[in-house]
Amino acid sequence: MAFGGKRSGPGGARGRDAKATDGKGGQQRRGLFRRRKVCKFCADKIDDINYKDVKLLGGFVPERGKVLPRRISGTCAKHQRALRIAIVRARQLALLPYASD
Amino acid sequence: MVNRTYELVYVVQPDATEEQVNDLQTQVEQIVQRMGGSLEKPEIPGLTGRRRLAYEIGHHKEGIYVLNVIKGGGDLVKEIDRRLRNVEILMRHLVVRVDEDQQRAARARTKRQEESRRRRVARGLPPERQPGEGPQTLDDSDDVVDFDGLEAEV
Repeated sequence: MAFGGKRSGPGGARGRDAKATDGKGGQQRRGLFRRRKVCKFCADKIDDINYKDVKLLGGFVPERGKVLPRRISGTCAKHQRALRIAIVRARQLALLPYASD
Repeated sequence: MVNRTYELVYVVQPDATEEQVNDLQTQVEQIVQRMGGSLEKPEIPGLTGRRRLAYEIGHHKEGIYVLNVIKGGGDLVKEIDRRLRNVEILMRHLVVRVDEDQQRAARARTKRQEESRRRRVARGLPPERQPGEGPQTLDDSDDVVDFDGLEAEV
């Protein structure tokens, strides 16, 4: 995993071709190639990350109840900060769990 | 005169009567009035009203959520916060200042719109999007935008 050829020349190029052919989703990523992560808030142009929007925040709080880390969600630093604050507020009001299980 | 906007959300115990909830709301309204503020009580489906809690609070699994948008000064909010602490039927309450965040969001929005207008004009297009232009193209079509919230490392 650590030697993932995300940026390696030939691997990367092949990754692109594969994506073009197998279309959306990339179900058959063969370990080496990952699709590029995009910050959801930048892509969807969400300016205000609000603690009341449980649906939105819920996507960043997996089963266990922790905040989904940036390295997995791809959220940019600025938006991850705002996201954290929103999640913490939502937790206080029992809109989101502190921990589940 | 300070004019700030705050949001107050409070969660009442599920076994409270409607009367008790209304009483509490009038109490809040009276404080706001007395200290020269204004109050709105927007209803958001899915948030306000009876709702399942994400975790149990004192053996309760549900709560009655009430949202208030209050315009006024800090001392007003302080007073409300102090008073709400002593209410028996209240499980949780939260006061958040929102005017600064809203301004920031509005600024970001106008900035983006201006930028898009400027770029469209530079490309010789009318500043607003016309009907029938098709879907918005991304700069890099390789970017996957259908992010589903969870993305496992492979």
